[in-house]
Amino acid sequence: MPQKDLVLILARDLADKLASAAFVVDRDGTLVYFNERCGEILGRTFAEVGEMKMDDWSTRFSPTTFEDEPIPPEDLALVRAINEHVPVHEKIRIRSADGASRGIAVTALPFFARRDEFVGAMAVFWEHGEDEGKGRASP
Amino acid sequence: MKAKVWGCRGSLAAPGPETVRYGGNTSCVEVRTVDDQLIVIDAGTGIRGLGLALDGNRPKRIDLLLTHLHLDHIEGLGFFGPVWDKECELHIWGPASPGHSLRDRVAAYFSPPLFPIHLDQIPARVAFHDVPEDEWELGAVRLKAQPVNHPGPTVGYRLEENGKVLTYISDHEPALGVDLATVPPDWISGYAIAERADVLFHDAQYTEEEYPGRVGWGHSSIAHTVTFALVAKVRRLLMFHHDPLHSDAQLEAMLVRARELWGQERNGLALSYEGMEIELT
Repeated sequence: MPQKDLVLILARDLADKLASAAFVVDRDGTLVYFNERCGEILGRTFAEVGEMKMDDWSTRFSPTTFEDEPIPPEDLALVRAINEHVPVHEKIRIRSADGASRGIAVTALPFFARRDEFVGAMAVFWEHGEDEGKGRASP
Repeated sequence: MKAKVWGCRGSLAAPGPETVRYGGNTSCVEVRTVDDQLIVIDAGTGIRGLGLALDGNRPKRIDLLLTHLHLDHIEGLGFFGPVWDKECELHIWGPASPGHSLRDRVAAYFSPPLFPIHLDQIPARVAFHDVPEDEWELGAVRLKAQPVNHPGPTVGYRLEENGKVLTYISDHEPALGVDLATVPPDWISGYAIAERADVLFHDAQYTEEEYPGRVGWGHSSIAHTVTFALVAKVRRLLMFHHDPLHSDAQLEAMLVRARELWGQERNGLALSYEGMEIELT
């Protein structure tokens, strides 16, 4: 049986220990883990959701700007971190599985095991007040 | 494939009357293939004895697999006889680092003030290779190196010949942050190279009582070692990288505890010792 890259194993360990919400994807963008705090914001536990392809998670939570403009998947911080291999920060609104609209600030970091070997990425995010969310940030 | 242990002590050589049964030399294992190719895993102080034993009967080419560059895994290299033979072709394999090349990291040891002779002055023809991400072959042996959980770039090795597998993970803390007994195996560091190995050399440095004071140091308690081996369904587990502060008597007490965890009815669990020979046929 193949195993997860060591960097992802360590990232999962880090996510488990963080009080902040954290979401871990592999090199293909497949969601491989999110922690308990993340589950509270998304409205589902990882055990309920399981591994999920990027096409699915990038649209499932209906991301919008704080002005209610839909955000295309390729513009999401974590998708950009995966596709462009750069760190990205943004403030967006999502709709949780329980139907609630939540403002969140997201920081996404690409992971490299060797200098040029992209192995995955992690997004850490925080719930965010409506007033704080105006104006999305970029790298 | 045959293997012989030339050193199985961890962290620091520990010679003396209290370590004679298992030995005080640091990590080194000799592997001989069916066609008598020589593969050496790690260059701890045990490699000195291997060099002496090879005298006059040395293959032209030697492949040395380094798990990492901590001193106890390279400190014997300058005292390995073939290094001083200009006819020797020494291929050194090791983990890549984002910072420095493998050659530069080995050269840090082969240079004053740590060593009187610079790497460039060594007579042997030395070639350095970052271990490939994918499997590769050395003669009849198929190898796989995989990064494992230990401070700094570190790999474990899986060697397969004629369907028999030897896995070597000398320095490893797979239990850091996970419960080995319950986490899915694909989330366990080292699992893929250890899975169903015929022989697994694995870090077993600490007792269960010692480990809580050494979390994050990159080594395993015997409970972690046994659980890892059971999850990976290895046939034979050889406890390796003995703590330099543990006497023979303490190691044997650890073996008793390990057998309780392994299952008294199961064979295949032992302490590695200098001179130990294993044949995988």
